[in-house]
Amino acid sequence: MITLTQVLALSGLLFAISVAGVFLNRKNIILLLMCIELMLLAVNFNFVAFSRFLGNIDGQVFVFFILTVAAAEAAIGLAILVVLFRERRSINVEDLDTLKG
Amino acid sequence: MQSTYLTIALAPLVAAILAGLGGRVLGRVGAHTITIAGVGLSCALSLYVLKLMLFDGLASFNGPVYTWLVSDGLQMQVGFLVDHLTAMMMAVVTFVSLMVHIYTIGYMHDDPGYQRFFAYISLFTFSMLMLVMSNNFMQLFFGWEAVGLVSYLLIGFWYTRPSAIFANLKAFLVNRVGDFGFILGIASVLHFTGSLDYVTVFSKAQNLAAGSIPITSSVTWSAITFTCICLFVGAMGKSAQVPLHVWLPDSMEGPTPISALIHAATMVTAGIFMVARMSPLFELSETALSVVLIIGATTAFFMGLLGIVNNDIKRVVAYSTLSQLGYMTVALGVSAYAGGIFHLMTHAFFKALLFLAAGSVIIAMHHEQDMRKMGNLRKYMPITYWTCLVGSLALIGFPGTSGFFSKDALIEAVHESHLPGAGYAYFCVLTGVFITALYTFRMFFMTFHGKERMDHHTREHLHESPWVVTVPLILLAIPSAVIGWFSIDNMLFGDFFTGAISVLPAHDVLTKLAHEFHGSADFVLHAFAGPALWLAAAGVFCAWLFFLKKPELADAAERSLKWLHEVLVRKYGFDWFNENVLAAGGRLLGGILWKGGDQALIDGALVNGSARGVGWVASVMRFAQSGYLYHYAFAMILGLASLLLWLLWRGHGI
Repeated sequence: MITLTQVLALSGLLFAISVAGVFLNRKNIILLLMCIELMLLAVNFNFVAFSRFLGNIDGQVFVFFILTVAAAEAAIGLAILVVLFRERRSINVEDLDTLKG
Repeated sequence: MQSTYLTIALAPLVAAILAGLGGRVLGRVGAHTITIAGVGLSCALSLYVLKLMLFDGLASFNGPVYTWLVSDGLQMQVGFLVDHLTAMMMAVVTFVSLMVHIYTIGYMHDDPGYQRFFAYISLFTFSMLMLVMSNNFMQLFFGWEAVGLVSYLLIGFWYTRPSAIFANLKAFLVNRVGDFGFILGIASVLHFTGSLDYVTVFSKAQNLAAGSIPITSSVTWSAITFTCICLFVGAMGKSAQVPLHVWLPDSMEGPTPISALIHAATMVTAGIFMVARMSPLFELSETALSVVLIIGATTAFFMGLLGIVNNDIKRVVAYSTLSQLGYMTVALGVSAYAGGIFHLMTHAFFKALLFLAAGSVIIAMHHEQDMRKMGNLRKYMPITYWTCLVGSLALIGFPGTSGFFSKDALIEAVHESHLPGAGYAYFCVLTGVFITALYTFRMFFMTFHGKERMDHHTREHLHESPWVVTVPLILLAIPSAVIGWFSIDNMLFGDFFTGAISVLPAHDVLTKLAHEFHGSADFVLHAFAGPALWLAAAGVFCAWLFFLKKPELADAAERSLKWLHEVLVRKYGFDWFNENVLAAGGRLLGGILWKGGDQALIDGALVNGSARGVGWVASVMRFAQSGYLYHYAFAMILGLASLLLWLLWRGHGI
């Protein structure tokens, strides 16, 4: 029988991997988007786990919403990425520092 | 009678408004006709009221005319209190004003501001009437400020002259000091009696006498002394008592008619009138009376001395005015209020006369005021000469003239008093008689006798002034000569002022004098036994000797008493002190507050400083903005983590 702790540990691991991906990746902005997706999945994992172990279905309803939003977000993100690439001929994260003060 | 009183007060105001606003339409003749008609009407009605009161026993009038506003039970009203004191003041004010109006036709005939001048002097008459006819402190203060305003306008009448602008600003500022004390006094009266109405305040005077003002936990001031001294500070400003006298000599920058009207006969006597009106309050504080006495005596003596060294004919008369105002104040100090008012009345006539005579001389001399350039004018201006002689004799107290009665009675009253400071005051007023005679006849001899020192051109054009100038001189010379003889019995020793002026029996010096008074003729004879008359004679003799017979003696005296002459020429350094200590100190303090407080602290540190601070913080913070996405994400994660840690560390928080 899988315990709640084990599931939460897995979800934490997923989240940590995605955070590390955001920080360590300096090259490709697509990787950044993928990491964000992974973060959302980690959160979804939490929802499902709590829903299962507390016997409350609400958490799984939330997951559907989050999945929908994540899909929309990925679509928009990729669209922006395409425009960005057309503009700057690069998707290198190191090059994108227009916000520098 | 209410409509009569209203007409007396409002006729000059209406005339002033018409002449002031419609001067262009009315023209010169229209302006002087309408103002003279207004003041003439006031004068006729005032004399009629005085006659009714004196001979037909008309009762005093006291009532409100108009309620301006009511605030928390405090009624601010326009109201009239017309008793014998007011009736006499009204008659004097309107009569002198009328004479000055007529005289002005001659004096100002080629001045471009002719209509404006008439509007001002009519406005002044209105203000002064409001002041003397008032039945409450509020209206008194209104009149007080209004005469101050008109005085300001008239001193600076020739507003293109820098000296005139300087003088009128000085007069206004010095009067502000006095008025500040005055309004504090009024506030104190209101605080302790809860009313501004004279009758109510006087009936509750015991509240003031019993009251006290805590200064620190252990020191308290007597409310009545505080109030009276504050009110008297106001009188010091208006009536030009030391040390607030400095504006009056400078006010001679204005045209001569207003020197006669405002700065000799009426406005400057407002302080004297006010103290007499407040006699029920002043009687309750011996300390305040002593202050009044000493200030008055100092003014009477030391300002008289200044008249001896001045060469400007108007300034000599101005210092004489200061000195005579000092005499009146001394009379108030020894509780001889009637004596002060009596001297005020006689002085109004003869001082207006002297000023107008000086003005007549100035017209003839083509606006030359230096007496060293005059001399032997008697030959050219007989009417001015004789009227000026009458005025001078009245001023020095020649037996039988009006000034003699008022001044002699006043000196006797001081002699009878036992207040602290009365000895000093007696010395001052007695010595003052000698000084008065000396400077008056110095002026008289230098102007009308001796060698002709004017230049050839002026001498050719010397002639007597036109009738509009000489008629007022003659009309003023008559009361100057005789009014004392007829009125001393009633005003000073009779019951003319009963009800208007109240004196405690312990202070009542005039009643003591009344026991020795047996008619005017006896009073004149009695004077030959006293020192005042001989001192005056000695003064005239000295003036004749030093300035007419042997002028080289005067020069020798000036050389041997160089330091004294220097002190007098510098007017005891009051102007120096005011300009270099008070004004310069004020400017220095203002400069410090401006540079340090306003520019450095508020503008520099607070306004611009906070903007600079924001800019500096932003310039440092911009280095944190790398522009890299992962730095921002890292900061977010770090923030989230620290927030979570904090929550955990706090336990079950939130």
